[in-house]
Amino acid sequence: MLPALVLALVIPVTGRMRFGSAFLLAMLGAILSTVTSAWALATVIERGAALHYNLGGWAPPAGIEYVVDHIAAFVAVVVSSVSTLTIIATRRWANREAGDRTGPFYGLVMLLLAGLLGMVVTGDLFNLFVFLEISSLAAYALVFLGGRQGMIAGFRYLMLGSIGGVFYLLGVGFLYFSTGTLNMADTAAILTEDASARSVQAGAVFIFVGLGLKMALVPLHLWLPDAYTFAPSSVNSLIAPVMTKVGAYAMIRMFISVFPDGYLTDQVPIADALLVLGLIGIVYGSVMAIAQHDLRRMLAYSSIGQLGLIAVGIGLATPLGFIAALLHIMNHAVMKSTLFLAAASVRLSTGLSNVSDLTGLGRRMPWTMAAFTLGAISMVGIPPAAGFFSKWWAVQAAVERDQWHVVVVVLGSSLLTAVYLFRVLERVYLHPTKPEHAADPHTATAGAAPDDPTTTETTEATESPADAVLPLVLLAIASVALGVMSSIIVTHVLEPGL
Amino acid sequence: MIDVIADRFPYWMTAALIAVGLYGIIGKRSLIKKLIGMNILQSAVILFFVAGSLREGATLPILLDGHAGEAAHPEDFVNPLPHVLMLTAIVVSVAITGVALAFLVRIHHEFDTLDEESLLEQVRQ
Repeated sequence: MLPALVLALVIPVTGRMRFGSAFLLAMLGAILSTVTSAWALATVIERGAALHYNLGGWAPPAGIEYVVDHIAAFVAVVVSSVSTLTIIATRRWANREAGDRTGPFYGLVMLLLAGLLGMVVTGDLFNLFVFLEISSLAAYALVFLGGRQGMIAGFRYLMLGSIGGVFYLLGVGFLYFSTGTLNMADTAAILTEDASARSVQAGAVFIFVGLGLKMALVPLHLWLPDAYTFAPSSVNSLIAPVMTKVGAYAMIRMFISVFPDGYLTDQVPIADALLVLGLIGIVYGSVMAIAQHDLRRMLAYSSIGQLGLIAVGIGLATPLGFIAALLHIMNHAVMKSTLFLAAASVRLSTGLSNVSDLTGLGRRMPWTMAAFTLGAISMVGIPPAAGFFSKWWAVQAAVERDQWHVVVVVLGSSLLTAVYLFRVLERVYLHPTKPEHAADPHTATAGAAPDDPTTTETTEATESPADAVLPLVLLAIASVALGVMSSIIVTHVLEPGL
Repeated sequence: MIDVIADRFPYWMTAALIAVGLYGIIGKRSLIKKLIGMNILQSAVILFFVAGSLREGATLPILLDGHAGEAAHPEDFVNPLPHVLMLTAIVVSVAITGVALAFLVRIHHEFDTLDEESLLEQVRQ
């Protein structure tokens, strides 16, 4: 009955114990949260109703309530399982990048995870703000660890992220003063009766802008490329898949359990704004990704494009659209962690991060590159990989609403994605190897951390160690397996939840 | 005109503080000033919540002995909940400020400047 509580409390406590083997504790915490959220998902499906937990025993409208319904449990499972695999995969890199301070490092990782899971399970608007700031704070600090450029990126991220938090809080304030409650279900009940007040509209807009910043919706995405590029490798493969997704999830929450049905489409045109910005985001992110030379930066821009797709799903504001968005939250988390992990693996064992330098890696790092290929196939959306199905649902939702331009952009985005990802694959597998480049000092590009001693020495290195490759391969297989299973997920988990 | 401003003075102040804060974050080159701008932005929200909880003629939300016999009316009291929320929000903003200051110390240590332009220049090299 109390999975939410266990979930939210065990993790930071584990993270706080900053002695002994921090990695083991972190892994334990992550696995534990995966198990609890999986158990919560199973319980919710079995019962067909949401689990409620009143924090401190205070009844909902007055006290803080944790609600785990189908969607919350689903996103919690995605977030915690992807983080678990990433934490395991990045152990060696974290040891190298955080030096002797792995204790605080994993403390931050756990704080991040706790904040994200808290955002997922909470049923209280103000509590959502607190968890939002907890997870963001941990993310700022983690990005900041990424050397000289990471410092600047981290500070900028902090500034913009705090503006997002402040806007969200203002929006909550407007809602609170017009409804007198902070509980999501209660707010929804009151707003269903009367939501005509101007202050509710203002609140909706502020919340939209605040969460838009956190989910890197296009004009508000400026923090993302630098933060993802310059963060330490062990960090960006952790925050890139999950951080913005939970922002998107919070946005979906606003649509389905805070504001009454149709309010955000008819009274305040937020859904349309999301749709248009999402479409712009898809095109902008993909085109910018094509223009990048650095592999990580390319993946960061591709994230903006994929978040655009999620925003489009939410913006269609129909159950089909939400299914598309949620499915893509899962798929993108899995695919992006695969791609980022593969990129980090390449960078840390060979020192290469420019796309044009990756020649011949298919032979030198066969498993990593096989995983990268699977992730790429899934991103482009070739069936039966997972990425195909979220696009399929998005197209279905768009057809249902007669939004044909959405169909065109979503399908066109597959082509653009193919351009930038297959360019990498072409380099990796088909390009003839240039013998002289192994000794070329320029291969350790500006993107590589200057204090990284192994960048130049190990250019000849082949595969990463097994404990880094295994989670990567698992994630890659998952990105196909989840595609095959997507109809099961939709009928059993997502449809009953909406 | 004066009435419009005087009636909703705290809200005008909130709007003004938000504008000042955003200007500080966007317009100033020094990272310290950006941070100060962010703090102003956060205090705007605090002002907004506290102002919203006020009610004319209301008193502290504490039940004194005088109320023991008769029912207490919620209209007689200032709404305490926003204050509590703002205590949490202040804690959050202190945490963010602390982290940001730690960042600035490290940045200054590393680059010897907190001016945005010259920082970006140094990074580009």
